[in-house]
Amino acid sequence: MDIKDHIGEIRAEFPILKRTMSDHPLVYLDNCATTLKPRSVIDTVVHYYTYLGANAHRGDYEMSAQVDFAYEGARKLTKDFIHAAKKEEIVFTSGTTESLNILAMSITNTWLQEGDVVLSTVAEHASSVLPWLEAGESKGIKVEYIPLDEKGRITVENFKKALHPKVKVVCFAQVSNVLGYEAPVKEIVKIAHENGIKVVVDGAQSIAHLPVDVQDLDVDFFCFSAHKMCGPTGIGVLYGKLEYLDALSPIYFGGESNARFSKCGKLKLKKTPFKYESGTQPIEGALGMAAAMKFVDKIGKENVHRYELELKHYFLEKIKDVDNVKVYNADAKSGIITFNVYDKGELIFPQDVASFLNTKGIAVRSGEHCAKLLGEVLGVPGTCRASVYFYNTFEEIDKFVLALKEASFETCLDIFF
Amino acid sequence: MANIDGTILRDIIMDHYQYPRNKTLVENDDSYKSKHMASDSCIDDITVQAKVKDGKIEDVRFDGVACAISTASTDIMGELLKGKTILEAQEIIDNYMAMVDEEAYDEELLDEAIAFQNVGKQANRIKCATIGWNGIQEILNDTKKGEEDGQQ
Repeated sequence: MDIKDHIGEIRAEFPILKRTMSDHPLVYLDNCATTLKPRSVIDTVVHYYTYLGANAHRGDYEMSAQVDFAYEGARKLTKDFIHAAKKEEIVFTSGTTESLNILAMSITNTWLQEGDVVLSTVAEHASSVLPWLEAGESKGIKVEYIPLDEKGRITVENFKKALHPKVKVVCFAQVSNVLGYEAPVKEIVKIAHENGIKVVVDGAQSIAHLPVDVQDLDVDFFCFSAHKMCGPTGIGVLYGKLEYLDALSPIYFGGESNARFSKCGKLKLKKTPFKYESGTQPIEGALGMAAAMKFVDKIGKENVHRYELELKHYFLEKIKDVDNVKVYNADAKSGIITFNVYDKGELIFPQDVASFLNTKGIAVRSGEHCAKLLGEVLGVPGTCRASVYFYNTFEEIDKFVLALKEASFETCLDIFF
Repeated sequence: MANIDGTILRDIIMDHYQYPRNKTLVENDDSYKSKHMASDSCIDDITVQAKVKDGKIEDVRFDGVACAISTASTDIMGELLKGKTILEAQEIIDNYMAMVDEEAYDEELLDEAIAFQNVGKQANRIKCATIGWNGIQEILNDTKKGEEDGQQ
């Protein structure tokens, strides 16, 4: 399917695209932060509350059985979506951040010894680094960083250079959230496994845009959130190879995760994945996530990815002769455009630019995008980030470019008067 | 509130952003008290310094990474508070905060700081317009507390 030919129908599925922002039609270019939701996802969430209603895995009545069927159906669909081998390898969590935290704590507790090292990169989102620092502190686990190349990319060569016998885990994003470069996951996994290193991949920015096959990539763990791919907030996935999920222990305990326990403290946990799902899960979230996966699959991730690159190239072509805009990642094969605007050679502070774009109805992100360390690589205090998705249009890019051409110190301050 | 041409107010902000008067820190001088202020929601990350002696603010400095709004608002704050007693400064700060919150305030006291009278139009930027002001408030609070502790 060529999305261009169906853009009207696709946009009609998103009720929110009818709203305005700052009295302009909404131009939503902050899809890295979160994505908008189609009617089918909204309806699925509402259907849970207006019809299904019951808890999962708890009751002996029809409603409850219907919920179980839908909830475990969502797990099966998630398995297919990322091409996992077994549905037991899918643990529902609140999202990427929780998945990464569970892994950092559980892996540190179970597998790591004092002096062991977790490798990450300075391009990473805080969620890929901070949980390891926190989990490893009392045990004396260190976090080291794979050096980035001059463009801010992870390379296989630099990964090899960072290796030494103390490295036990490597944790990085498949697509980085600031620059949008795709990491050479498969090659890194191969080398990591040859050295007995476990691989944790943050899929937050890749899951919505690239076909993901966890078996082909051979990653040990893969984490993502539903809301980055048209699904609800508060739900996400921790994928792990079954033998590893079996070997690790949960970090939360309580109802639903235990099979039997006695007063003397003897506890028998349920099997994977249920031992990781203590307490009532966001059931409507899991169902909504499944609806989102169906929606994205219907459009096709290859088509999504191709269309995003078309939008990005269109932007780059339009901005080519505009001297005041500097793009940092023109060659990144993703829909992420990281840029700054200059006025007579002087940087306009990213937040001033983002506020100006807001007055034109254009939503972009400004700041360090959580990858606080990356400022040191780019040499600027921050950037603006525009990120497209399959419901964005070429006309929206036109509006965006026009607004950027108008941006100056003066116009960025005029919004306050 | 007087109806002032927006371009004049804009030029005030531009001037203090591009040519700040107080944007250098004083090193190795114990008579200056410092506060590091980092925004939770954006890149703004500044240090505010003040030299308070005998109940009077003798100097205000700042430096760091900051957008046009936070740079200019902090710089103008420095110009306004220098030479004021703590009591006078507190009155200015209170009026500035009232203005930013779109409450009644005395614009006579605020001089160039009235350039930020509409900052609330971009709600998320109120933090930028107050980061430096919150810094000096913390320094003044510490100073007051220090004096009270000293009396006990």
